[in-house]
Amino acid sequence: MNQPVELMMIVLVLTDLLLLGSSRVAGSVRLMAAQGLLLGLLPLLAHHGLGGHALVLAAGSTGLKGLIFPWLLRRALRDTETHREMEPFVGYVASLLIGLAVLGASCWLGARLPLPGPVVSPLALPVGLFTIWVGLFLIVARRQAITQVLGYVVMENGIFTVGVVLVQGQPFLVELGVLLDIFVAVFVMGLLVFHISREFEHMDTDQLDALKDWSS
Amino acid sequence: MIGMLLFIPTLAGAAAFGLRSDGPRRALLVLAALLHAVLTAACWLVPAPPAWNGWLQLDAVGLLFLSIASALFLAAALYAPGYLHRAVQSRRAEPAGLGLLPEVAPEAVFTGCLLLFLASMTLVTVSHHFGLLWVAVEATTLASAPLIYYHRQPRSLEATWKYLLICSVGIALALLGNFLLVVAATPPGAPAGPALTLGELLAAAPQFQTPWLKAAFLFLLVGYGTKMGLAPLHTWLPDAHSEAPSVVSALLSGALLNCAFLAILRAHQVCAAAGQAAFSQSLLVLFGLLSMGVAAVFIIGQPDYKRLLAYSSVEHMGLLALGVGLGGAAVFGALLHAVNHSLTKALLFFAAGNLLACYRSKRVADVHGALRALPVTGALWVLGLFAIVGSPPFGPFLSELTMLKAAFDQGRWAVGAGALALLALVFIGMSRPMLAMAQGAAPATADLDRARPGAERWFTILSPLVLAAAVLVLGLYLPPWLTAQLQHAAALIGGAP
Repeated sequence: MNQPVELMMIVLVLTDLLLLGSSRVAGSVRLMAAQGLLLGLLPLLAHHGLGGHALVLAAGSTGLKGLIFPWLLRRALRDTETHREMEPFVGYVASLLIGLAVLGASCWLGARLPLPGPVVSPLALPVGLFTIWVGLFLIVARRQAITQVLGYVVMENGIFTVGVVLVQGQPFLVELGVLLDIFVAVFVMGLLVFHISREFEHMDTDQLDALKDWSS
Repeated sequence: MIGMLLFIPTLAGAAAFGLRSDGPRRALLVLAALLHAVLTAACWLVPAPPAWNGWLQLDAVGLLFLSIASALFLAAALYAPGYLHRAVQSRRAEPAGLGLLPEVAPEAVFTGCLLLFLASMTLVTVSHHFGLLWVAVEATTLASAPLIYYHRQPRSLEATWKYLLICSVGIALALLGNFLLVVAATPPGAPAGPALTLGELLAAAPQFQTPWLKAAFLFLLVGYGTKMGLAPLHTWLPDAHSEAPSVVSALLSGALLNCAFLAILRAHQVCAAAGQAAFSQSLLVLFGLLSMGVAAVFIIGQPDYKRLLAYSSVEHMGLLALGVGLGGAAVFGALLHAVNHSLTKALLFFAAGNLLACYRSKRVADVHGALRALPVTGALWVLGLFAIVGSPPFGPFLSELTMLKAAFDQGRWAVGAGALALLALVFIGMSRPMLAMAQGAAPATADLDRARPGAERWFTILSPLVLAAAVLVLGLYLPPWLTAQLQHAAALIGGAP
């Protein structure tokens, strides 16, 4: 048992639920930033080590997910004609209810999978899976391009949680590579958001429907 | 040697971003492609030593896919300068303010990304570490996304957005698959398992925990399968292939999809070593047949000829998955088919680029009389059609026959018959529109490119002609060195020699 990690997992679930229920884009970006800052501490707490490896990884991931991504998204939000509402395809209450059901399912699944050896926290796997699902849900159930980027980052947070807790000691270079890839991905997505808002005069991805095979 | 293979395109790509004038930059592109191809050819003669603690290695499978990527890139590099030149020319020729032709991306960015794309694909083929492999596959997505947005118009933007988002999400799932693989590899109670290099994983595979390994393979298959264009994860593919410039479509279809396939093959190798080959093979057969079926449905009645080619790629990726899934002699057929499909599809996309430049429309209905208007391109189009649908005497016929024969030899009549029926459907679905485009009277010259109608310049037809010759030769005669290499590669991924 690791008290701080358990606490962190619970906070993570709470931010996930808030994300599902949040109706403001700016608020969601703030929640995403909070998640990023929180998860940046995870490598330090999970392996009881303050070695150079863990420190660099923590600093990189905190800086990227807690500071740079929120800054990028906030800039995109300010400079484009984004609607302040999340504009959901699935309503907030329905999203929350589905979310609770999925949380239950992840806990059930996490309890059934036989974990090899002692893990840092038994909560990590279900919480990680739940966060991944929340990210995917935000991508498909919210209308704007910027919220899809947000969903991608949240999903990445979930994968990061599973990775840090289950996998001890990934090679350093690989972790740096992963961070770099994610950074470039979000950066390019951010650029495209600008282009989309200029070309279409809004960012609703359901208007991106010129390319299809059967026109109705 | 491996270092040089990675270093040349990266350096050239960085330089291309900085070069101001078009001429030297185009020369640099061709030069880098040429050097890369020469180095790759050298790897066939002298095996490249592993680098970086065995993280970077070139085994038989990797070398095969590296050669495909390198050869196609060389063909594309020879085709691209003409294509770019034409794009600039036709924009200049257009009266100002008419706005018929879309703006294009800066050529420096385009060339730079093209070269970085080659570097990332090279990294995919040489990496023997699953983490590095993931980084490389994601890098191919990032390097190629700006290429799809070459024409600055809403449709390209839509395609780029879908490509980037769907593939990034897919590949993120593959990252989860990597983590699950680590869990599967860690023996119960031990603090850490083997490193994620292919060699160590294969050695330790028999002790893996089966449920975790199965979950890992599932996530890796879905993740990299998104990138490879396996149905039902293929939805980005027709959009990206139809909106990208033809030279990029050729690379996406011929080289990039194969790279994603290589990533799946690596996961399959680990499964096979752990004694779970039956599990991974059954999934590959399922996804393979599903892809072929979905492709056949969308090919029939398809009004856009670049989308037609894109769906044909989905079909052929399905065939590759099916071949590896069947195992035995079919693996050899699948690897041979990867070569054949890449060459043929690149040829078709280059020809489609010429047709598009001449007719200015991607609609099948707007193109007719291609054989009269552009004799060489028209002939290549018809030849490519017969090759891609698997008629003799072209290469794809041979590889498809090998796979189908293996299916029937194994007594899997349903799988073989199903694949055969789908191939027949695709044959009809592709032949009708593509032949209609080639035949008929040439349109009035007024509709054609203003420059010089009918006169095809050498750089537009050189690359497709060479590719066509290669496809024909592979159908008639398999050189022994290629056969040996294919057998060697097939043996690595569970095929019988």
